[in-house]
Amino acid sequence: MRKNHVAVVGAAETTELGVIPNMSQLQLHADAALNAIADAGLKLSDIDGFATAVETPQQVCHYLGIKPTWVDGTSVGGCSFMLHVRHAAAAIEAGLCKTVLITHAESGKSMIGKAPRSIPADSLQGQFEAPYGVYGPPSMFPIPVLRFMKTYGITHEQLASVAVVQREWAAKNPRAMMKDPITVADVLNSRMIAYPFRLLQCCLVTDGGGALILTSADRARDFPRKPVYIMGTGESVETPMVSQMETFNSSRAFKTAGPLAFKEAGIAHKDVDHLMIYDAFAHLPLFGLGDLGFMPHEETGKFIADGNTRPGARLPLNTNGGGLSYMHSGMYGMYALQESVRQMRGIAPAQVPNAKISVCHGVGGMFAASGTIVFTNER
Amino acid sequence: MAEPQRARPKPTPETQHFWDGTKAGELRLQRCDACAHVYFPPRPFCPSCASRKVTVFAASGKGFLYSYVINHRPAAPGFTPPYAIAVVELDEGPRMMSNIIDCPQTPEALELDMKLQVAFQQLDDKITLPVFRPAKG
Repeated sequence: MRKNHVAVVGAAETTELGVIPNMSQLQLHADAALNAIADAGLKLSDIDGFATAVETPQQVCHYLGIKPTWVDGTSVGGCSFMLHVRHAAAAIEAGLCKTVLITHAESGKSMIGKAPRSIPADSLQGQFEAPYGVYGPPSMFPIPVLRFMKTYGITHEQLASVAVVQREWAAKNPRAMMKDPITVADVLNSRMIAYPFRLLQCCLVTDGGGALILTSADRARDFPRKPVYIMGTGESVETPMVSQMETFNSSRAFKTAGPLAFKEAGIAHKDVDHLMIYDAFAHLPLFGLGDLGFMPHEETGKFIADGNTRPGARLPLNTNGGGLSYMHSGMYGMYALQESVRQMRGIAPAQVPNAKISVCHGVGGMFAASGTIVFTNER
Repeated sequence: MAEPQRARPKPTPETQHFWDGTKAGELRLQRCDACAHVYFPPRPFCPSCASRKVTVFAASGKGFLYSYVINHRPAAPGFTPPYAIAVVELDEGPRMMSNIIDCPQTPEALELDMKLQVAFQQLDDKITLPVFRPAKG
């Protein structure tokens, strides 16, 4: 795919984030979509391409009254929206559609109009994982982390510092759910969820949504907002079963998606001004920093604990507060993308001065999938 | 009212031999006749070279503790927290999720790389689960 030929021209989250007991999941999609349409200065009838996950494209398109000529229902977990951006950019370049709307919404806390997740007893997960007591992401996502820690000499304190640093970012963000400062000791004394992870190392559970609008870079000049260009993209999947990852020392999906995006963008790690690494749990930024090639895995824990990703430091990471402190409806990838777009527009609550390149890296379904997008505000 | 039960596997045509094996006290894996790759979970072809010529065999049941969590909350139906959800690396190569029995469910007792031996836990007439216990000696 050619770099910088497609741009984000509309981006918005739902009007409210957090606990939204007065809206169904489907209406949250609509709320985010209508906000993004307004942000882009468009009408719903201008949208000819549509992508979403979990809910079907037909469900959301019909509800909104969109008549698309291109749809994508890729649903690979929380990074689905990174994959939608990649697919939409390719579709726009191929002439299959001109203006794509991508929506995410989840009534993750209030559970209104949201089907419960279930594992069929005759699926491979149902036969070979569920009988051993896995029950939701906290019991599955952290399964690799003890091996990762042993291999690379990562400490519990370093893993706790991930939550501490992200809370510093969240404190700057009026829309973040959790803003009070915390210490490493607070993290290590919080309630045990799934050893080695405690409450403050696990993501929030909230309601919310977000939407993006993409079009060709040539058309993007005519929109009210500063265009944010798609510079590079990557995606992959590995396995729906966390127990069957090739190794617990890295994620194969990360190692495929990340370098693809960097290569397409033609950038080196030193060029990255702003970084988002989907943090459903505290170990994910460490996996991400290593697998994306920022540094050897051995150095990732110390890098964060030493403050290198804090406000004002050299590699601003998860600047909205992340899934640990900003919000996490269940599929957080959309919120990471929104923060990258805000940073590239120069309007983020914790704005990184003069940021020109933002890397947004997502994970889906317990290391099942990954998508990486490199954004820039310069063409 | 009956206690909530732990999730029961439902075999498919491709996995029936595995569950027949555990009922008979065997941990059955598959080996590719073409490239000798040993793999899990079951399927009637080799995920490494795509050959359909594969052989089911009884594994040694020996392995080591690759990684785990000790789940506190929320607990799955049929489980009393805290309980460890482990991934075991078998001597034959593949890894599988399991539980560790006859061992305190604590970080001190559950040492990574500790040697394990398969055991079989009958859930009902149809399903016997492979679990692991610390190896003796």
